[in-house]
Amino acid sequence: MSLLDIRELCIRYGNTDVVTGLSFGVDSGESVGLVGESGSGKTQTALAVLGLLPDTAGVSGSILFDGDEISGAPERQLDRLRAERIGMVFQDPTQALNPYVPVGKQLRRILFRHGISDGREADQRVMHMLDRVGLPDPARQFRAYAHQLSGGMRQRVMIASALIAEPDLLIADEPTTALDVTVQAQILALLERIREETALLLITHDLGIIAGHCERLVVIEDGRLVEEGPTRRLFSEPLAAHTRKLIDAAPRLDGASPPPPASGDLVLEADEVSVSYAERNERRQLHAVMDLDLQLQAGETVAVVGESGSGKSSFVRAVLGLVPMRAGRVAFCGQAIAGPAQARAIETRRDLQLVFQDPAGSLNPQLRVERIIAEPLTVHAPGLGAGGRYERVAGALQRVGLDEALLNRFPHQLSGGQAQRVAIARALIVNPRVLVCDEAVAALDGSVRQQILGLLQREQQTSGLAIVFISHDLAVVRSISHRVMVLYLGRLAELAGGAGIFGQPRHPYTRALLDAVPVPDPIAPGGKLSLGGEMPSITDPPPGCAFHPRCRFAIERCRAELPPARLVGETRVACHRAEELEL
Amino acid sequence: MSAVARIWARMRTSKTVMVSGGILCAIALLAIAGPWISPNEYLTANFDNILRAPTPSAGHVFGTDDLGRDLFVRTMMGVQVTFVVAIVASVVSLVIGVLYGATAGFVGGRVDAVMMRLVDTLYATPFIFFVILLLVVFERNFLLIFVAIGAINWLDMARIVRGQTLSLREREFVQAARLIGVSTPRIIVRHIAPNLVGIVIVYVTLTIPQAILIESFLSFLGLGVQEPQTSLGKLVNDGTKQMEGASWMLLIPGTLLAAILLCFNFLGDGMRDLFDARRTQ
Amino acid sequence: MLRYTLRRLLGAIPTLLLVIVLAFLLVHAAPGGPFDDERALPAEIEANIAAVYHLDEPLPMQFLRYLGGVLKGDFGPSYSYRDYTVSELIGRSFPVSMQLGILAMLLATVIGVSLGILAALKSNSALDRVVMGFAMTGISIPVFVIAPLLVLFFAVKLHWLPASWTGSADASRLLLPVLSLALPQIAYVARLTRASLIEVLSSDFIRTARAQGLGTAAIVRYHALKPAMLPVLSYMGPAVAAVLTGSVVVEEIFGIPGLGQLFVRASLNRDYTLVLGVVIFYAALIILLNLIVDLLYGAIDPRIRRR
Repeated sequence: MSLLDIRELCIRYGNTDVVTGLSFGVDSGESVGLVGESGSGKTQTALAVLGLLPDTAGVSGSILFDGDEISGAPERQLDRLRAERIGMVFQDPTQALNPYVPVGKQLRRILFRHGISDGREADQRVMHMLDRVGLPDPARQFRAYAHQLSGGMRQRVMIASALIAEPDLLIADEPTTALDVTVQAQILALLERIREETALLLITHDLGIIAGHCERLVVIEDGRLVEEGPTRRLFSEPLAAHTRKLIDAAPRLDGASPPPPASGDLVLEADEVSVSYAERNERRQLHAVMDLDLQLQAGETVAVVGESGSGKSSFVRAVLGLVPMRAGRVAFCGQAIAGPAQARAIETRRDLQLVFQDPAGSLNPQLRVERIIAEPLTVHAPGLGAGGRYERVAGALQRVGLDEALLNRFPHQLSGGQAQRVAIARALIVNPRVLVCDEAVAALDGSVRQQILGLLQREQQTSGLAIVFISHDLAVVRSISHRVMVLYLGRLAELAGGAGIFGQPRHPYTRALLDAVPVPDPIAPGGKLSLGGEMPSITDPPPGCAFHPRCRFAIERCRAELPPARLVGETRVACHRAEELEL
Repeated sequence: MSAVARIWARMRTSKTVMVSGGILCAIALLAIAGPWISPNEYLTANFDNILRAPTPSAGHVFGTDDLGRDLFVRTMMGVQVTFVVAIVASVVSLVIGVLYGATAGFVGGRVDAVMMRLVDTLYATPFIFFVILLLVVFERNFLLIFVAIGAINWLDMARIVRGQTLSLREREFVQAARLIGVSTPRIIVRHIAPNLVGIVIVYVTLTIPQAILIESFLSFLGLGVQEPQTSLGKLVNDGTKQMEGASWMLLIPGTLLAAILLCFNFLGDGMRDLFDARRTQ
Repeated sequence: MLRYTLRRLLGAIPTLLLVIVLAFLLVHAAPGGPFDDERALPAEIEANIAAVYHLDEPLPMQFLRYLGGVLKGDFGPSYSYRDYTVSELIGRSFPVSMQLGILAMLLATVIGVSLGILAALKSNSALDRVVMGFAMTGISIPVFVIAPLLVLFFAVKLHWLPASWTGSADASRLLLPVLSLALPQIAYVARLTRASLIEVLSSDFIRTARAQGLGTAAIVRYHALKPAMLPVLSYMGPAVAAVLTGSVVVEEIFGIPGLGQLFVRASLNRDYTLVLGVVIFYAALIILLNLIVDLLYGAIDPRIRRR
């Protein structure tokens, strides 16, 4: 008998069905992956199991847990089930933990509710649990508030809270989506460790994660079951087209780099760019970016990669003139440009365009698509008549593969992928020389992401566009970047061509990033834990090489002396031991 | 579809807004038309007809006061004053608050810090007592009341507009416009202002009952509108003095004042549900 | 925490100083002096009066002298109550007002918060609609309408309670004034509590607590109440100001010899020193209470404390 048995589950809001006739089960001790794109009903299903759907949701069908019907069960019965039998880990630990109560107290409260009344015993169990999920110094963290913990630590606390009442089933809803890739590997390793005690239902959009951590897969699309079966079989011979599509859309590390660009002119050049922010209430300067260089040729794509806090966005925004530089020079086509964007020549501003991460946020909600795309023309082609303007807008829309019917829509009427295409159309309408994409595909589903990447590549081939592509994910940039720049705490770690970075990394951090990327391949799933800890904050940078506290290869010299970036083979790398290490 | 049409279309979807707005319009129309229709004069005292209970047959639907004046006409005049004060004071607070808040929010940095420090300071001061002081020290005139009430109410508006502007300024679509090369005035007109309209409408609506409350409070204390002018607050004050013998003198203007405030409060609540993005998201 | 407290304390000083300067200047810009109404006095006597009240000195001197006095708790002599100093008058009438104010605030907080929680937990039920209907009415009826209505009903018509302060000496004379002051505040606090609790209850960390099987009572008590009370706490400053304002009319209507009545009388008598003294006293009171609210806020919200 299954531990969890979902039969013909339907969830609807008003006239909209979000889950339709979904049936699957989880056995005791089993780990099952529930996979689907955003909006496919994954989270709704998990909430239905725990009886946490809002009152406005209409639920039908049956959910059996350990043989008992729990769909529509009274709160009283569900409360005994929650935490004690089914533990839940939510996606964003920043939102999911109470900011007003110390984390230890939050965990204690669960024990009090589930049969433990002795305060001292509860405290000891909480401390023990915090220790087990890998929180250093549990006695101190017991009294910490959520905001005092890093993202990874928060998610560990979240997992501790789901496990503390020793449930039989753990449901984890996108438990690593909000985390950096090296921290993600740590959390996945932790989930792997606790698998011995509970069954796991892992909900995710990321096939890489599933490949390494689940025995069985349930694939859903638009709230319907598409396919279900053992992980290896689904990856090797998927039956459903949608499963195939998901697997194909997952970013991989083993692809090929794009052919090198025909040696074009140097369009953008940045020298020793540094960016500092003044710390709030104190006179100290925080160095977000230190001495970074960039050379970009026409027709070339350079990826800037790093985890959150690496300074990748600050660097590129400084080059664009959106944040002030503390030091450094920027030149466009050999001409020095300086100062904030507003102070730059109008032609330079036309030639440097930016696409943001959040497509919805980068479009003015009050304007229709047509006016959004046309806006750059009002500045850069003010003499254009209404007809000429419409022609240009329609042309731009065609370039990004959107239908003219969308011109009359408002941004909130667009899907995420459509909105990002509109943002790209707005950038391309003035035919820029350089396009900067700041995590421009991070918020999109796999298949949409691939379409957008393909669109950018086509655009590059036809017009010789140079692209700077900022990403936290090495796998995403694999197929499009000619060169990759890896940053760590505001400094260059490594800069090399695709073959160098992916084939022969020379910096231990690059190696760790590559190891940590989950790969959609159940035989060699990646997502390896090779790096502990998290990136330090710029408020408190370590002495010497900033990476040394997390580096397996660190020697005395690394603790004392900052490694300069230097050329080793074809790779620019900032590591004292770059020549000797076999990574 | 123009912006006004869009706002109107949105308003029509809310029953609260339409009903409370409709009642207010009816009261306003009655207040304007009433004194014209009524056979009685606003100032005419009639000492044979003192403190008469409401008697429609005698032509005094709301009765008469202690000077024998027709209470219906006086109440309607009071409502007129109340509405005028409310609207003018709200416009004053709207103009000051939006300009101040938008400037602080858009310029940002040190200017913002200084400007908001001033607002915080003013927040902590007992403004209403200052207004009383002002009215005690200087001549009590209409203009002063408008200025005083507007001066109290602009603080909330300034804070809200500033917060909204600040967050809009950091939004990516504004950064995108800046990068494209759109000029600052154009950014303000095209990208900032349209996104402020909703919240400004909401807070103007919420400011009106406050302005009414302050005006009637001052008039009640005898510091507001002066004889022979009248307002609802003043009528309530008159009624309080006569309540043992002529309770209608208190009940009629009191109820009307409460009804107007109630409608404005409902209207404000309804508008907030419709237009305050922070709530609807 | 100590640094935070000190910083807030220091921050309050310029505010208070600004209030004193503004009030002082306003009074001294007055077109007519307090003795103008009386018959023309011989020049020597007028000069004498001016000398006694230091009206013959330059304005900055007068201000410094006044400020020095205020720091020592001396607001100077009253113009209209000739045998009393302003401090004496404030000292005599404030306790009465304080009693009313504290009772009204207590009532408003306890009843308002309870009603708000009830309405939030049963949101969209009949109970919720009744409570919110009451609250909407409560915030729409001004104090100066509610107070005479209460008198009309309970004192004049039913004869249950005394209509005025002097009519009785027992605690029953407190009931109507306190109720008049408290009703609008009960309504405000109830609305605020309800809205805030509903918002908190919809946040992600409450969903987490539900997933932990804590049950509604424990969730409200251990997770939701503290954050839900923050907006209510912020409202306490404005609420005190509103109660003080309300006390001006309530004391006038019920004939209570409190600070509000003193203020109205002083205003109508153009007793400038007294008006000035009371305004500064009110300001100091409100600033002090806002300060306490700020500090409490910092104590509840751990994210503020650290800054």
